[in-house]
Amino acid sequence: MSKRVGIEVSLAIAEAVKMAKVDVIAAYPITPQTHIVEGLAEIIAEGHLDAEYICVESEHSAMSACLGSAAVGARTYTATAGQGLELMHEVVYIAASMRLPIVMSVANRALSSPLSVWGDHSDVMAVRDTGWIQVFCENGQEAFDLTLWAFRCAEDKRVLFPVMVNVDGFHLTHVVEPIELPEQELVDKFLPPNQYPETLDPAHPVTMGAFAVPQFYTEIKRSQEVALEATRPVIRETLDEFAKIFGRKYNAVEKYMTEGAETLLLTMGSYSQTASLAVNELRKKGEKVGQIRLRLWRPFPFDELREAVKGAKRLIILDRAISSGGPGGPVASEIRSALYGIPGAPKIAAFIAGLGGRDILPEQFVEMIKHGIEVADKGQEGPYEMLGVRE
Amino acid sequence: MARKDTWKDVEKGAIVTRPGSAREYKTGDWRSQRPIYDKDRCIKCGVCYLYCPEAAIKIKEDGFIEIDEYYCKGCGICARECITGAFKMVPEGKEEAKKK
Repeated sequence: MSKRVGIEVSLAIAEAVKMAKVDVIAAYPITPQTHIVEGLAEIIAEGHLDAEYICVESEHSAMSACLGSAAVGARTYTATAGQGLELMHEVVYIAASMRLPIVMSVANRALSSPLSVWGDHSDVMAVRDTGWIQVFCENGQEAFDLTLWAFRCAEDKRVLFPVMVNVDGFHLTHVVEPIELPEQELVDKFLPPNQYPETLDPAHPVTMGAFAVPQFYTEIKRSQEVALEATRPVIRETLDEFAKIFGRKYNAVEKYMTEGAETLLLTMGSYSQTASLAVNELRKKGEKVGQIRLRLWRPFPFDELREAVKGAKRLIILDRAISSGGPGGPVASEIRSALYGIPGAPKIAAFIAGLGGRDILPEQFVEMIKHGIEVADKGQEGPYEMLGVRE
Repeated sequence: MARKDTWKDVEKGAIVTRPGSAREYKTGDWRSQRPIYDKDRCIKCGVCYLYCPEAAIKIKEDGFIEIDEYYCKGCGICARECITGAFKMVPEGKEEAKKK
């Protein structure tokens, strides 16, 4: 029988990695990811997991060690956050281009300067285009579940891409939540042993991560892009399989109270739950408001998103990162592009808030929705507005 | 005949499954100058052989050397390092180079 326990979300993620029976962990501790890797170090030291824990000198080395580990067919995990992800940056691209099924948790954190260890989405937005499959979790159960799923998805022969599981720093990583931990038997049923097809093997030498002259680079990138696009149905299928075994169903795009909604609030990550309190309140008052939660960020779920916003008059989008000097927040800019030229697409009011760990209270979400409706109806929606900033 | 170099022919992760294929890559094409070897000055010390970054210099059985023009990039390191000045770098395509 699965058991429901009160556990810190970071430790639940460590538990998921343990239950996934990983072979190699290479990681460097950084706030707010620290409890995940500390938890894993303890699990290994106590003999609960037979894995190699490589203590590296930096995140650049962590991901580099993961490349080698995944290339020999070992189930490989790492975790990082904020500045650590930036230091790792160039190797993050390489992992995806080499099609190595590494799983990484990112405890989302703001970027310096000024130095901030608290949460927002600046770190992951800087690695948006690296070719990883990227998902955002909204609560502890989902963080546990999607970590398990990430291995299953990454290692599927039709996928073979690394998967990044985003969990908001502190707001998720450091809270204690009731989380259902499944039986090991079920996890084993869901997650068969890793069988990476082309491993580094002295008996059958191959070259990985080779040099490509201009004559080949374009074709290689095209093949990588087509392969990433082709993972969408497998992502759906593996999430369905997860639901069959564990009873919890996750979708690329989640709809909440969207029935008859004229205004939709779109959120990503842990603030989605707070936002839903605002939606509840407005619904109680008879306002036609609903919510869209974006779980899959890469490959971007164009079809699901277009379907989810169909019929809505206004779409209010929250971003927890700034695309400096650009069109506003990365999520809003992505969605504007996804809906461009679609007849009857909703008007978009974009907001940036929740930077560097600042809370967004339910009443502020109410304000965001009301203000969003107002500017959309007056046709005054600009590129974005920053909410909660002292003027 | 159908092409074999389209994006559909790329192996997963652009893995190169045939070992040693880089050997076919002709770095000699990069050359804008070439070393002209003067056997009379050569003392068979092997310094050029050790320094050549492309391993394009071979030591023959008699101890003299031979330059592999398929790989020689014309970097001039052999000419720079040679103790007796047995290499002279000349622009590629010039009369002196053709005469050789």
